[in-house]
Amino acid sequence: MKENTNEMILVFDSIPANEGLARVTAASFCTQLNPTLEEVADLKTAVSEAVTNCIIHGYEGKINKIEMKLQYHGNELYVHITDYGIGIMDIEKAMEPMYTSKPDHERSGMGFTFMEAFMDEIRVESQPGKGTTVHMKKTIGRKR
Amino acid sequence: MQEMYKLEGTVLTVVLPQDVDHPVTDLVRRETDHIINQNYIRKIVFDFTHTEFMDSSGVGLLMGRYRAMGMRKESIQAVGVSRHIDRLLHLSGLHRYIEIQKAEEEEA
Repeated sequence: MKENTNEMILVFDSIPANEGLARVTAASFCTQLNPTLEEVADLKTAVSEAVTNCIIHGYEGKINKIEMKLQYHGNELYVHITDYGIGIMDIEKAMEPMYTSKPDHERSGMGFTFMEAFMDEIRVESQPGKGTTVHMKKTIGRKR
Repeated sequence: MQEMYKLEGTVLTVVLPQDVDHPVTDLVRRETDHIINQNYIRKIVFDFTHTEFMDSSGVGLLMGRYRAMGMRKESIQAVGVSRHIDRLLHLSGLHRYIEIQKAEEEEA
């Protein structure tokens, strides 16, 4: 039998209202894998963190495009979120719990920590001045 | 959605909406700080009963209000907390500083 696969790309402006659009789209795409409520909640939080990072850090509030690519192969869901903003100088530091480059914004510094906690795998690719892509993977329906 | 802010004596209750994300927390932060500055408040209760979604911006909101209240123990309470939100509060370490009451269906 052919393996169950699917792919979609969503491109949207880096405005806070689109954080909701992105996570609801990801949740809806993931429904095809028959996830638990908990898995949907995990995915939505991880997507929200990644998109918020693009808006606040990648583009620093300027309006530009964010690209979200969603794929699944069997019950493995892949999420790739890309911005073409300032990039991250020190990825390791950015991923430390409680670290925030913008303490005055009252950010919790937990964005990457939540992505790591709620997805199975996360990999960050970034080039200063070029942009950042966050790749995440989660196996859906494992707890059934 | 019913009234979001209820003031009873020195207790301010903030009833949070379905989604507690970055645009919502910016709004709630402004409004809550305005009320704190205009009134004598000893405790803020964040009511999560209607909340289905939260991300780290919600953690930032609670952490920031804890600071605004002078980092006093028991100055911030979270009620009606679902399992997902409870996980966020624990992962972030916030449970050490604020009082958490789980939603009824989450207990047991």
